[in-house]
Amino acid sequence: MCLAIPARVSQIYDDDRAIIEIDGVQKEISLALVDDVAIGDFVIVHVGYALGRLDPAEAEKTLELLKGISPTSSETIVS
Amino acid sequence: MSAPQARTRREFGRPLNFKRGVIELSHGSGGRAMAQLINELFAKYLANPWLEQGNDQACLELPAGRVAMTTDSYVISPLFFPGGDIGSLAVHGTINDIAMSGARPLHLSAGFIIEAGFPLRDLKQIVESMAGAARAAEVAVVTGDTKVVERGKADGVFINTTGIGVIPAGLHLSGDLAQPGDCILINGTIGDHGVAVMSERTELDFEVSVVSDSAALHDLVRVMVAAAPQIRCLRDPTRGGLATTLNEIARQSNVGMVIQEAAIPVLPEVSAVCELLGLDPLYVANEGKLIAVCPPQHAQSLVDAMKDHPLGRKSALIGEVAADPHHFVRMRTAFGGSRVVDWLSSEQLPRIC
Amino acid sequence: MKYIDEFRDGVTASGVAKQMTLEVKPERKYNLMEFCGGHTHAIYRYGVRDLLPDNVNMIHGPGCPVCVLPIGRLDMALHLADRDGVTLCTYGDMLRVPGSKGRSLLKAKAEGADIRMVYSAADALKLAHQLPEQQVVFFAIGFETTTPPTAVAIQTAQARGLENFTVFCNHVLTPSAIANILESPDVRVLGTVPIDGFLGPAHVSVVIGYQPYEFFAREYHKPVVISGFEPLDVMQSILMLIRQLNSGRAEVENQYIRAVSRHGNIKAKRMVAEVFELRRQFEWRGLGVVPYSALRINDRYSQFDAEARFNLNYAPAKEHNGCECGAILRGVLQPMDCKLFATACTPDTPMGSCMVSSEGACAAHYIYGRYQDAAETA
Repeated sequence: MCLAIPARVSQIYDDDRAIIEIDGVQKEISLALVDDVAIGDFVIVHVGYALGRLDPAEAEKTLELLKGISPTSSETIVS
Repeated sequence: MSAPQARTRREFGRPLNFKRGVIELSHGSGGRAMAQLINELFAKYLANPWLEQGNDQACLELPAGRVAMTTDSYVISPLFFPGGDIGSLAVHGTINDIAMSGARPLHLSAGFIIEAGFPLRDLKQIVESMAGAARAAEVAVVTGDTKVVERGKADGVFINTTGIGVIPAGLHLSGDLAQPGDCILINGTIGDHGVAVMSERTELDFEVSVVSDSAALHDLVRVMVAAAPQIRCLRDPTRGGLATTLNEIARQSNVGMVIQEAAIPVLPEVSAVCELLGLDPLYVANEGKLIAVCPPQHAQSLVDAMKDHPLGRKSALIGEVAADPHHFVRMRTAFGGSRVVDWLSSEQLPRIC
Repeated sequence: MKYIDEFRDGVTASGVAKQMTLEVKPERKYNLMEFCGGHTHAIYRYGVRDLLPDNVNMIHGPGCPVCVLPIGRLDMALHLADRDGVTLCTYGDMLRVPGSKGRSLLKAKAEGADIRMVYSAADALKLAHQLPEQQVVFFAIGFETTTPPTAVAIQTAQARGLENFTVFCNHVLTPSAIANILESPDVRVLGTVPIDGFLGPAHVSVVIGYQPYEFFAREYHKPVVISGFEPLDVMQSILMLIRQLNSGRAEVENQYIRAVSRHGNIKAKRMVAEVFELRRQFEWRGLGVVPYSALRINDRYSQFDAEARFNLNYAPAKEHNGCECGAILRGVLQPMDCKLFATACTPDTPMGSCMVSSEGACAAHYIYGRYQDAAETA
């Protein structure tokens, strides 16, 4: 449910309008649901609205944790 | 060439107004207005000896060999899109259907169904583009037809093209020849055409610099069959995308397929648009791509030959034919799992969930 | 794509898969319900099941707004679209869902109804501006994720004094559905659906936070892990659930820390509360009538309520005979258990809602997973 993707805010206009960018694709969205968004922030976009912010530091933390989950090499050989 | 110009003027009165004029019902009614449209637009830009004869049919001398024939109707919205328009598309698409038999395409017919009120300026642009595409492909549009329907009964312009070509002796390509163990190749990135067209549709409201891959593939095919005459089959994955075409071949050949997600070329912009709209690039249309199935021992030399051609720079080996009574096309995902790649079930719609 | 591709990396996935194999206890089963269609979709599309140990069993939940909308509500939308002067705006997802007698919005459109596909509630507002003579109705569906944008559209319409714009509101609430599943006899009494833990919603939780799930962990002693929708998010969350179950814990944990906080998006929640109020009850396809499980437009904004303006009344409609969507949405049956699956009911000719949305359990299984059945029966 609820297709939403993280995207970088590249421009901000009046009326809570902003442009987001994902790999060379630009789309206008609304920032009406999120306060204090700045250019360069990542937001979670759903049906043309930013629903919330994505925290890059927490994303890195999750990735590091994921990469560290792999068993040690000796265990790998056993399995 | 001032004499024919002057004669034109005498025959039809004022020349067509390509700046502000529009198509009227009389342009399709078989009278003088239609003759003028043919004369000042279609015959002028698509000029070749057959059209110049002005007969109701073209009489052709064909080289020896089996003849390939195909027909296709083009209805597309919008009519103009980054990288092409309905005119060039109607040439490329039909040439490609001919070329997938290994044939050298020779002649096309073109039938236009035009909505009354359609701007002559746009029609001229479409015909010019069609002529340019045909010239570049060294294929002649030898006969044609024009009908005009009332406003509201069509969406601007519909075009039907029929093509014929001749297959070189000894070459036999067919969708029912794929065998387990064969390799599956593609000549570049998937989904470019569909995304380019979608980017022009205002209701989807996004900007991207992807252009359609619309191209005539017969010269690439010529190079490919020269490098590997053992090719079993060629097919262009247009509507329904790569996924649907692989399923067609699997069913026809009574086999299954296993493709590698990581090996399939996709532009980052195309991936991003698909992500945004909830679409799958495997099902997005192409107009300048072909899939080749060939015996494994010839796959590498075939890919190398394809990469040497301008329309095959990003060619890749994307999978293998497998024995499978269920005809499943399976995909090894880049994530490390596997899934079915099914037929497209009706048009993909942007989704929110 | 930044913050997307990293979470689809196959090398990392195989590490997590190996660790999972080491940590699962071979003597037990792990029955985990992924509540959301987003998780179902990720599991099938990336082939996550192939990386899971055999004793980890994923049960598909009802978290797909298209799937849970009862036929009777879709019929109301069809009636609306049939009225002269009405332009009905809908998300693409709803277009192909069959209503009563198999009639879908797409068919109604082909028959001449003015139905437009929109990508956003804001597009419906734009249409209302462009078509002042028409009554533009936005067919609003979705969970807490999709509700705040609808609230913004209604407030904007009010601020602009738009008189030809209304919303046919079908927004539903996730926690009520989870509670309903946990309270159902299948789970509580009969035990026909053993659920050991939940993968909790990603984007719903961006809005409502993870606090609302704490009740489930406490009251029903079921662990919940709020999980992102990328396949590595799903893998990590499953591992977190396995660890909770192995150590006898039942807590709410948040895997999707990059976007979800305990209280969510307070501004969005406030806007929703400003425009909507709880319905006393709402019928869900598959779950039946669930108390306080949906929203309606409140009195302050009633002029934008299509149900009030067009005097619409809900009448339950009959499901297709033999369609098991209900049981599948509750996790009682698997798609293959339905007689219609892959015979009368396919993505080309869907009978039930689970086959329509690509996030529906049946469509996901049909499109992505069928070869496993073929392998099993071979």
